[in-house]
Amino acid sequence: MFQYEHVTAGHLDMLKEIGNIGAGHAATALSEMLGKTIDMNVPSVRVVPFNQICDAVGGDEEPVTAVFLRIEGDAPGSMYFMMPAAEGSRLIGQLLNDSGIDFLSNEPNAMGRSALNEVGNILAGAYLSSLSDFTALNLKPTPPALAVDMAMAVLSFGLIEISKAGDYAIVIDTEISETGSDNALRTKGHFFLLPDPDSLEAVFHSLGVNENG
Amino acid sequence: MDKLVKVGMADLNTAKVPQTIRTSGLGSCIGVVVYDERLKLSAMAHIMLPDSTYARSGVINRAKYADTAVADLIGLLEADGALRSRLKAKIAGGAQMFQFSSSNEAMRIGPRNAEAVKDVLASFRVELVHEDTGGGSGRTIEFNPATSVLNIRTVNKGVVEV
Repeated sequence: MFQYEHVTAGHLDMLKEIGNIGAGHAATALSEMLGKTIDMNVPSVRVVPFNQICDAVGGDEEPVTAVFLRIEGDAPGSMYFMMPAAEGSRLIGQLLNDSGIDFLSNEPNAMGRSALNEVGNILAGAYLSSLSDFTALNLKPTPPALAVDMAMAVLSFGLIEISKAGDYAIVIDTEISETGSDNALRTKGHFFLLPDPDSLEAVFHSLGVNENG
Repeated sequence: MDKLVKVGMADLNTAKVPQTIRTSGLGSCIGVVVYDERLKLSAMAHIMLPDSTYARSGVINRAKYADTAVADLIGLLEADGALRSRLKAKIAGGAQMFQFSSSNEAMRIGPRNAEAVKDVLASFRVELVHEDTGGGSGRTIEFNPATSVLNIRTVNKGVVEV
C-alpha cells in the first residue's frame, strides 16, 4: 500500500493535473448547462489531517449541499461536488428559474433536490470520464446521492475507507466559479476527489510515475 | 485552561468544571461522552469505526474505534479519581447522511457504529443515559460536566438539551 509519508512533489503535481483535467471538463459541462462562462482555479492537492479537511469550505459546521459518488473500478475512491448551501440554492434557482429555492428550509423541495443531484451527476461524470481517458483506468461512478448538512458530517462519510489506513487524506480540491465582476454573487463549487489509499499506486502507475516520484 | 475543550474527528479529550467539551459535524461518526456526576468529570470521543480490528496499519489511533476509545475514556476518568460504578454515558451521531438505492453494507456504517458503542459501554457496565442516534442529520454536541447536560445541534432542527 502507498504510504502518504512518501508523497513527493512529483506525485502532487501529477494529482494536480488530474484535478485540472477533471474539473476543466466539469466546468465546460456546467457552462453549457447555465449558458454562462465558468472559471476554474488551479487545483490544490494536499495531504490533510482529517481535522482540517473542511477548512476549504468554511469549517466543520458550515451548511453545504453535497452530491456524493463512490468511484468503483481500478482506482476506488470518493468524489464530492460541494457548495455552501446558499450558493447551491442559487445555482439550482438559476437553472429552474425559481428564486424561491432554499435547501436549508424545511420544505421538501423535491424538484430542486432532484435537479441538484442531476447537476452533480453530470459534473462528476464529466470529471471522471476525462480522468479515465487520461489515466486509461477503468473508473465507474455509483449513482449519486445528495445531502444538505454540516460539511464535516457529509465529508466524513467519504473518509471511512481511508480512515482504516490512517488519519490523513489526499484531497484533490478544485474550485469552479462563475465569471463575473461581483465576487459576492459568484457561485462557487468544490470538487473533492478522495482516492482510497490503495488507489494511489494504481493512479501513479498508470501515469508512469513510480513510488519514488 | 481553555473554557471549551474541542474534540476533533478520531480524537478524544477530557473536561472538568468549569469547562465544557464539544465535537462538531458528527455524521456517521459517534460522539460519546462518559462522565462522573459526583466529581463533575467528563471525557468525550469522536469515533469513526466500530472496531479496532478494522485497522490496517500497525500503530492505531485508539480514539478512532469504538472499542479502544471507550476503554480509554474510562481509563482517563478513573485516573482522575472517577469510580467505574458511578460512570454514565450519553451518545449521539451514527446518521446515514446519504440515501443510496443500493443496499451496500458499507453504507450502513452509522448504525453499525451506534451498535458497537452501545455494546462496548454495556461490556464495561457503564449506564447509557441518553441516545440520539440514527436519522439522516449531522450533529454537533457539547457536554457540560457541571450539569451533565448534553446539547445537541442539527442544521434543520435547532438545539435540544438532554
